Amino acid sequence: MVNDRVLLQMSNISKMFPGVKALSNVDFDLRAGEIHALMGENGAGKSTLIKVITGVDKPELGEITLEGNIIHPASPRDAQKLGISTVFQEVNLCPNLSVAENISIGHETIRYGFINSSDAKAKAKQLLKQLDVDIDVTRTLADYSVSIQQMVAIARALNIDKTKVLILDEPTSSLDAYEVRKLFDVMLKLKKNGIGIIFITHFIDQVYEVADRITVLRQGKLIGTYETNTLPRLKLVYSMIGKELENLDSLSKMKGELTKRTEVEPFMQVKALGSKGSIQPFDLEINKGEVLGFGGLLGSGRSEAAHLIFGVDIPDSGTLTVNKKEYRHLSPLKSILNGIGLCPEDRKTEGIISDLTVRENIVIALQVGQGWFQYIPMKKQYEIADKFIQSLNINTPSPDQLIKNLSGGNQQKVILARWLATHVKFLILDEPTRGIDIGTKAEIQKMVISLAEEGKAIVFISSELDEVVRCSNRMMIMRDHQKVAELEGDKVNLEEVMQIIAGRSELEKA
Amino acid sequence: MRAASPLRLIRKYLSIIATILLFVLAFVAASLKYKGFGTLQVFFNMLIDNSFIIISAVGVTFVIISGNIDLSMGAMIAFTSMLAAALTENLHVNPLLTIAIVIAVGALIGTALGAIITFFKVPPFIATLAGMFMARGLCFLISIEAISINDPFFRAVSLYRIHLFGKAFISINVVIMLVVVLAAIYLAHFTRFGRTVYAIGGNEQSAMLMGLPVNRTKVLVYTLNGICSAVAGITYAFYMLSGYGLNANGFELDIISSVVIGGTPLSGGSGYLVGTVFGVLIQGIIQNVIAFNGTLNSWWTRIIVGLLTLMFIVMQRAFSAIKRKGSTSTFEMKSE
Ligand SMILES: Nc1ncnc2c1ncn2[C@@H]1O[C@H](COP(=O)(O)OP(=O)(O)OP(=O)(O)O)[C@@H](O)[C@H]1O
Ligand SMILES: [Mg+2]
Repeated sequence: MVNDRVLLQMSNISKMFPGVKALSNVDFDLRAGEIHALMGENGAGKSTLIKVITGVDKPELGEITLEGNIIHPASPRDAQKLGISTVFQEVNLCPNLSVAENISIGHETIRYGFINSSDAKAKAKQLLKQLDVDIDVTRTLADYSVSIQQMVAIARALNIDKTKVLILDEPTSSLDAYEVRKLFDVMLKLKKNGIGIIFITHFIDQVYEVADRITVLRQGKLIGTYETNTLPRLKLVYSMIGKELENLDSLSKMKGELTKRTEVEPFMQVKALGSKGSIQPFDLEINKGEVLGFGGLLGSGRSEAAHLIFGVDIPDSGTLTVNKKEYRHLSPLKSILNGIGLCPEDRKTEGIISDLTVRENIVIALQVGQGWFQYIPMKKQYEIADKFIQSLNINTPSPDQLIKNLSGGNQQKVILARWLATHVKFLILDEPTRGIDIGTKAEIQKMVISLAEEGKAIVFISSELDEVVRCSNRMMIMRDHQKVAELEGDKVNLEEVMQIIAGRSELEKA
Repeated sequence: MRAASPLRLIRKYLSIIATILLFVLAFVAASLKYKGFGTLQVFFNMLIDNSFIIISAVGVTFVIISGNIDLSMGAMIAFTSMLAAALTENLHVNPLLTIAIVIAVGALIGTALGAIITFFKVPPFIATLAGMFMARGLCFLISIEAISINDPFFRAVSLYRIHLFGKAFISINVVIMLVVVLAAIYLAHFTRFGRTVYAIGGNEQSAMLMGLPVNRTKVLVYTLNGICSAVAGITYAFYMLSGYGLNANGFELDIISSVVIGGTPLSGGSGYLVGTVFGVLIQGIIQNVIAFNGTLNSWWTRIIVGLLTLMFIVMQRAFSAIKRKGSTSTFEMKSE
């Protein structure tokens, strides 16, 4: 039920950052009872537009009206009071508070001067139930995975009474298909109640599933606002990246060449590696010149398997053999000395060093690998940084920009560049394309395959199955914290993988 | 859903349990070693001799939980007790009015420091260091000499003994301290203000994006701390019955180390007031042991407190590592 009543109107919004025009003269409007998707490449200005609405950033120019009245929100707090509730990109909650406290804080009911904690818990449980999440709300937020934290952030945004506008900045980038489904159900219900929803994502399918209208930004400029059902996908992509999307056929050709090679040289042998309560023991061979994909649902144990191999978590059974030496377990340092690198999934807490520049963030792993006494000359550092800024299309005014000033997706690209720049022999990439725009995704997939061509061993983990399938020569499929299958050659195709994930192997056994 | 397991509760309260355990063990050990140590009165004396430290440490606990720091407490205690002495003795102001004025001044200075830190983004270390110099300077502006307090009200409060369990007694300062601690526990755990303080210590940027009143709360934390310093100054005046610009020297470091020994990490985001109380009392035991022993130099207090503080900082590191480990091995189930 979309009525044409305009709820939120932004006109002629401009926002400058040193060296960057993040928004130039952008117009945007949101109607009551509509889901309005905001799309664009990494660094296009989507999050900045949200920050202008919520009072985090002040625009140099422009006017915002809510239900016809001009508003000047000075902080997210102001915005909330006006009825604008927001889930910002990346989880923005307090890791030290409990789930219930995170959801209720600022809106607790007070009884006789005391916070009513049992009410807060009940409310939190009920809100999470809407999203079909059943967890112990008294536990600290930090105890939960990124996807649960994301659901908690969404539940918090739903907690605000009198919400007129709900803003969701990439809420689905770390959710699995089931969780996305639940989120969409809730969004559709809110829409029926006349709430206007701004929805940001890089997943085109999701946009076509729920959005009524789409607004596209490119390099801070408004490209246009379209009705979803009159905009063909190709045209949407074209308006986002300003050119045709590259054909992915070249990718499968590259992969084909890779698979055809006959002799494989093992890099690491994993035997019965496991950890109680985390992963059932599994065997695995990791070969040079090969992309090994880890497939499975979110929470099926893919990242945990990678952590056991790399030595972030210590296995309690099994062995690893690298360079003809057998280990009970590795540690991050031992792994690095053996030429193994891990690009972690959770970039916010494990990845970026926010007060260093883009260049420094890129070269740091390389520098560590060389030892602190062999300082990489400045000229070389800039060369490396420039190379990756080019090839990964990192949107930054210069290599000397502080990484914290980059957009979310561009930060992710920098982390990836950090590991691609090292001379590791075996690289584990955990969700390397999360939050990255479609244009660059293909670029990254290409890079992964060419690294394997150079003879490196690669483990590629992603929730997007088609992406893993497109890049991998071999795949390990996981379900419920267990390795359930290993596929090779032609068997690595979407249908096969989906069936196994859905539980076919169990049917066969029966 | 799992019920809260006892193990998890223990993990949650690990650092505070460690502090209380250390206190009990030290008290028992000292009682076994020194005759006459293990009496109620010795314990009460620790409360009497440290009530002003505890009161100030309560305020600082809020500051540290919010992820900030304060270095001005020692100077503030000296200044406010000096102010109380000057008002009653030199200007003959009514003692109750004196107390009200001193608390108002403490609140004002705290608010000013908080505003400078919050709105001008001056690092708290620097702003409160300046506050410390200023407060010391103000002491000597009032008087270079010590002012002894002869006001009958102050003397009466100072000398009053409240008998508990037979012969043992506490002072009014101890009662004031207990009231302050209870009020602080209420503020920390049962009000929005307290929750927000923990949230800011957890992640200030997130707290702002969650729509919490971050700036206001940061200023209020320093206001509260200023009030605590002033109350500490008044109780210190009751205790000493004089004011002097060189008093309370180095208290700020004793106080900060008590908070840390009490289980509040300097990085902020967690901590309990009960821990702070025991943190101070552990220092009280060390002082008393040195007094009972008679041959040890009193500098040993500082050395031991220094070592303990280091130990607790290392321990907190280890605890947070355990906590993290505990969370990575638990994976959550989704209901179908
Ligand atoms: N605080 C800041 N200081 C300097 N530049 C900034 C700041 N915040 C954002 N920018 C710049 O503004 C531009 C737009 O960033 P924004 O975060 O809005 O992108 P986005 O569209 O949300 O991208 P993504 O899909 O990666 O999240 C980027 O070039 C970014 O580097
Ligand atoms: Mg963004």
